Amino acid sequence: MKRERTAWTFVTPALMVIGVFFALPVLAAFALSLTDFDLYALANLKNLRFVGFDNYRDVLAAPLFWKALLNTLYFVAVGVPLSLAASLGAALLLNSPLARFRGLFRTALFAPVVTTVVAVAVIWRYLFHTRYGLINYALVHLGIAPIDWLGDPLWSMPAIILFAVWKNFGYNMIILLAGLQGIPPDLYEAARIDGASAWQRFRFITLPSLRPVLLLVSVITVAGYFQLFAEPYVMTRGDPLQSTVSVLYYMYEEGFKWWSLGRASAIAFLLFALTLAVTRVMLYLSRRGERR
Amino acid sequence: MNPRAAKAIINGVLIGVAAVVLFPLLWMVSVSFMQPGEASAFPPPLLPAHATLANYHELFARAGMGRYLFNSLLIASAITLLSLAFNLSAGYAFAKLQFSGRERIFQVLLGALVVPAQVTMIPLFLLMKWLHLVNSYGGVIVPALASVFGIFLVRQYARSIPDELLEAARLDGAGEWRIFLRIVLPLLKPIVVTLAIFTFLGSWNDFMWPLIVLSDQGSLTAPVALAALSREHVQDNELMMAGSVVTILPVLILFLVLQRHYIQGLMLGGVKG
Repeated sequence: MKRERTAWTFVTPALMVIGVFFALPVLAAFALSLTDFDLYALANLKNLRFVGFDNYRDVLAAPLFWKALLNTLYFVAVGVPLSLAASLGAALLLNSPLARFRGLFRTALFAPVVTTVVAVAVIWRYLFHTRYGLINYALVHLGIAPIDWLGDPLWSMPAIILFAVWKNFGYNMIILLAGLQGIPPDLYEAARIDGASAWQRFRFITLPSLRPVLLLVSVITVAGYFQLFAEPYVMTRGDPLQSTVSVLYYMYEEGFKWWSLGRASAIAFLLFALTLAVTRVMLYLSRRGERR
Repeated sequence: MNPRAAKAIINGVLIGVAAVVLFPLLWMVSVSFMQPGEASAFPPPLLPAHATLANYHELFARAGMGRYLFNSLLIASAITLLSLAFNLSAGYAFAKLQFSGRERIFQVLLGALVVPAQVTMIPLFLLMKWLHLVNSYGGVIVPALASVFGIFLVRQYARSIPDELLEAARLDGAGEWRIFLRIVLPLLKPIVVTLAIFTFLGSWNDFMWPLIVLSDQGSLTAPVALAALSREHVQDNELMMAGSVVTILPVLILFLVLQRHYIQGLMLGGVKG
């Protein structure tokens, strides 16, 4: 029994931290979302009232919530496939036996991942500058009219997506690269002897072998992209015309600008439920596709 | 296609992609040495006409960047050291020590991985306010003292330690903590380095929680201060680039020096770091 007690001394500190600063707040967030916790309650808890699901009703009736939701879905629906395509393309290049200096290129392509998102968002804000930005300078050279990237509601989200792809693709690239290296070379050899083209080898060997890894990185990336926040906070402040307000940005403003902490908790829970639902559906569809 | 052409194409594309990916970072360094206002020209200059350290001087002398970098360094180091202690002991216990409910508790922890941290932020803020930790280093450090991801990573690695080794030490009369410190920790060294880099980079780069819990000028971390500066100094490209350089450089250097461990950990874990 002494052994059991000693074992508990190893796990208790970590479990306490996770219990008090993670599990408890999750439960409290749900409880808070059922109250009208605001600036008055912050001053004196006596002003706190239980309001049932009113916060959820109010949030779902707010046009800005739907706007933020659509913006976030746009970011996820376009950003995730683009990021994954970039990751896969880069991983294939790095995995090619013909590529030289692979370690060096791998480091170069991975560098944006370890940078601070706020700091690189500041750089990209200037790269996207309408008049002095290098991106428009390059476009003009290609004969394309300059774009008001961060000032035009049509282009603000594509700009943020481009930035996010640049910042994040290296992460999945490494995981996909590990997946590619796990494919037995005999498979390719056999296919080559059978006369399969490069495209056929990619389509019938590489893609099916990568399937579990691709599913893993898709789910991780979708869950991560739903939490869009720092990019619009630094690059656009949610503007122009609220075209880059994400759900999390909306939650932040409701909670820490207007101090409607009850409503903000409801928004956080809606986002959580949505993320969970989407990733569950992805896993379900992939399992069904496998059986077929 | 003949192999030589294929080789030229693949390496050409790689060079092109690497150039595009690295360009923003290189340009940031270049602009940070330009005279104020120099970058606001068309076409945008690639290199400073007369390199100057004026932006860095302004950044440290007037914008107080030294203080923010110090805050970031202190917070990230404290989180790294303390969370290593918590996660290593817990991860090892989940892998090698017997206690009732071990597997069930671990399953519950893994289940918690689907909950995004953002859900906890509002109650966590109230909790920190109640504990008088808002606007203090503690407000950022304390919630990060243990992580499910860290425990998971250590447990996966610690499972490969042979039980016979631990049993032999026990027969020799060594206590559990002594075994952990003297025998287990040296064996866990690779995962300690990996987890330390993950944790340090993650804490240094973290934005949303420090933004919420720190509002007092003196306590801001570098990313939070940089975001505030960039909202004030929208026009000062050169100053902001210098700010980005000093914020990114520490983590970039750390990564370059220890990248082998970082990338290995990524390939082993395959889970968000």
